[in-house]
Amino acid sequence: MAESIEHPGHAGGHDAPHDHEMSFWSKYIFSTDHKVIAMQYLFTGMAMGLIGGFFAYAFRMQLAFPGMEVPGWGMVSPADYNSLVTNHGTIMIFWVAMPVLIAAFGNFLIPLMIGCDDMVFPKINRLSFQIFFVSAIVLLSSFFVPGGAFGGAWTAYPPLSANPNYSLTPMGSSIWVVAVALEFIAFLLGGINFITTAMNARAPGMKLYDIPIVVWMIVVASILFMASVGPLIAGAIMLFMDQNIGTHFFDPAYGGDPILWQHLFWFFGHPEVYVVLLPAMGITAEIITVFARKKLFAYRTVLYTTFGTGVLSFTVWAHHQFIAGIDPRMAHVFTITTLLISIPIAEMCFVYVATLYGGSITFSTPMLWALAFIFEFLIGGVTGIFLGASGSDIYFHDTYFVLAHFHYTFFPIAIIGTFAGVTFWYPKMFGKMMNDTLGKLHFWGTVIPFNLIFIPLFVLGAAGQHRRIYNYEHFPELSAPWMQDLRQVATIALVVMLGMQLVFFYNFFASMFRGKAAGKNPWKSNTLEWTADSPPPHGNWPEGLPNVYRGPYEYSHPDRDDDYWPQNVPS
Amino acid sequence: MIERYLVQASTFAADIDFVINLIAVLVGFWFFLTAGVFFWLLFRFRRRDGVPSEYITGEEKEHKRFISIPHYLIMVCDIFIIVAAIQVWVNVKQDLPENPHAEIRVIGQQWAWTFVHPGPDGELDTADDIVTVEELRVEVNQPYVFHLESRDVLHNFSVPVFRLKQDVIPGRVITGWFEATKTGTHDIQCAEICGIGHGLMPGRIVIESAADHAAWMAGKAPNQLAATVRGTTVAATGGTKLAAASGDALNAN
Repeated sequence: MAESIEHPGHAGGHDAPHDHEMSFWSKYIFSTDHKVIAMQYLFTGMAMGLIGGFFAYAFRMQLAFPGMEVPGWGMVSPADYNSLVTNHGTIMIFWVAMPVLIAAFGNFLIPLMIGCDDMVFPKINRLSFQIFFVSAIVLLSSFFVPGGAFGGAWTAYPPLSANPNYSLTPMGSSIWVVAVALEFIAFLLGGINFITTAMNARAPGMKLYDIPIVVWMIVVASILFMASVGPLIAGAIMLFMDQNIGTHFFDPAYGGDPILWQHLFWFFGHPEVYVVLLPAMGITAEIITVFARKKLFAYRTVLYTTFGTGVLSFTVWAHHQFIAGIDPRMAHVFTITTLLISIPIAEMCFVYVATLYGGSITFSTPMLWALAFIFEFLIGGVTGIFLGASGSDIYFHDTYFVLAHFHYTFFPIAIIGTFAGVTFWYPKMFGKMMNDTLGKLHFWGTVIPFNLIFIPLFVLGAAGQHRRIYNYEHFPELSAPWMQDLRQVATIALVVMLGMQLVFFYNFFASMFRGKAAGKNPWKSNTLEWTADSPPPHGNWPEGLPNVYRGPYEYSHPDRDDDYWPQNVPS
Repeated sequence: MIERYLVQASTFAADIDFVINLIAVLVGFWFFLTAGVFFWLLFRFRRRDGVPSEYITGEEKEHKRFISIPHYLIMVCDIFIIVAAIQVWVNVKQDLPENPHAEIRVIGQQWAWTFVHPGPDGELDTADDIVTVEELRVEVNQPYVFHLESRDVLHNFSVPVFRLKQDVIPGRVITGWFEATKTGTHDIQCAEICGIGHGLMPGRIVIESAADHAAWMAGKAPNQLAATVRGTTVAATGGTKLAAASGDALNAN
């Protein structure tokens, strides 16, 4: 093992690894340790995920059984329905996908995978979580104010969102904007840390091409986020002022323009898809290489397609606005860029499939999640072409086809990707193994119902069912009995899927106490986090940081007897 | 695919369905190919005792072509889709019919649709305009130009059987066209969330023969509602001009 070499990446900001006992508060609540902050983000994200899932349950019950009193919620009024769908979307994207995929995995993995003792700005890191936590409370508080929570969809298009006379949620809409803006500030602070740490604090010997793909992808995702969020923060401030002090940035009656918001929102909103996609892609790359015992196919190609996707993702935003009243000629440009971005994404999928060739594949729980990610995301990817092509988007826009499409991208990203990562790194996080049988039960109990929710919604969308309508009985073409049957299938599948999450939570918490000890490297993996103790102590490698001698994916190398070759083992 | 669920009731419905089918065939091919290879590899290379993994970097040309050739082929497919999509788009959204049978005005507001028909003289904004709420009546096989206006928030004028959809923006007049090809009564949906009554904004379009349409018009006397609508209608003519004066009246809180 390496002796401890001082290198510029040694994080400042906290004292030498601690021998002294810390109080509960300083150890778990106000810690600057990247692993503790990662867990804070993970647990907050999971709690918000339960709330977002409950919202989905409430409005899906209303759609399947209109007018029924929903157990646990009551009657779903049209105002309730709008608030539920709005906040389901907002929570799942900003308070579940972002904190878990970027913040929890970024915080946990980056220092451990690049061989560093902590983030380079640990106090900024702590501040990032604190602001994030406040933002979550601010958002949830909107359900308890007069008028109720904001119900203008997660895209918050003005004038509906800008004027309380239209939205009828005078406080809810302002609280929503404030919460979202706070959340962005939290992730800007986090992003600074991820990029700086990965670029400056790598272990001695770790060249750029030796960085694990998941770290690269979180770094690129952070760059995308930081470069795209500025316009939306400006937009959020303008919207807040429109709501509260009578500016009219988005009000056409006074020279404003409602479409301006849509450009600001989607200039951020589309890169945001890749902000959460890339970490999930990276997690998948780590897992399939380990469980196929294979070198990642064409590492550099993956890296370049990641950069290419990142650059292209800034040029596609207006495909959300084809029929929004923009100059129709603009649609040509955005159709072309949108179909172009299918090429790097398809290439990434091919790379992952090619990695499986010649492997020795073990179907462990994390591997099942990673493979499910590839397959389900493929469905999400190919259905996106219908929406990116202007001619067919005229019909599909704002239907359930769109909804099913983006759930086939976001669910694999935020849920399947997260479960892949959690089940894979659980031994490192908590030092114990999860129960594999329960893990597989939970896997099938999640993935099968997921498809049963959204395949019916694809069909309903193709049949012309529009989004955000709380009751389809008013539309003769959408009231056919077979359509109502499909709505009920989707809702029942959702209830089953939510119920199956109990298996996960039981497994997650019970394994912390009853799981068998994991040891340092239970999966025989190459990357540096598996050379630290499980769980790693504050400072990660008290005995000295590791040196790096090779890339992260040297599995089954012909010169070795072992089928893996850790990055820190000298040649 | 779509015509299994909804009739094609406009001249461009079949064109849009063609683009959808073209994409379905192309992406369907790639999806089933990729999924087939994926599951075959999972089966073929499942872990077996004594069979080690191969060491393949994927950086050599003879390996890389397994991903580069498919990706060039996908680029070719993309070009077909782009050409087809843009052709349809230009027809539906950019070109307007040179000699429309009539112009109609569609006004969205929280939470109802108002339709202004030109009346027997065929001209909008005359005394014989016929104004209806939630029911639009048009003649079959005649090109119509519509002008979309909103009095408050965004709405979306969507006629699924026409495969037509367009956002309605306050302060602007958005112009488009359609030509119905089959008689019947169909849904008009609002496809952009517009507040708590968004789900309670159903409209319907009645497509009828020339004789039926004339009979309907004859039975409708110009009414008070028409004058009201004319008075408050956004006074812009161009597609994107702001409606300063009348807009103020509409949006005054």
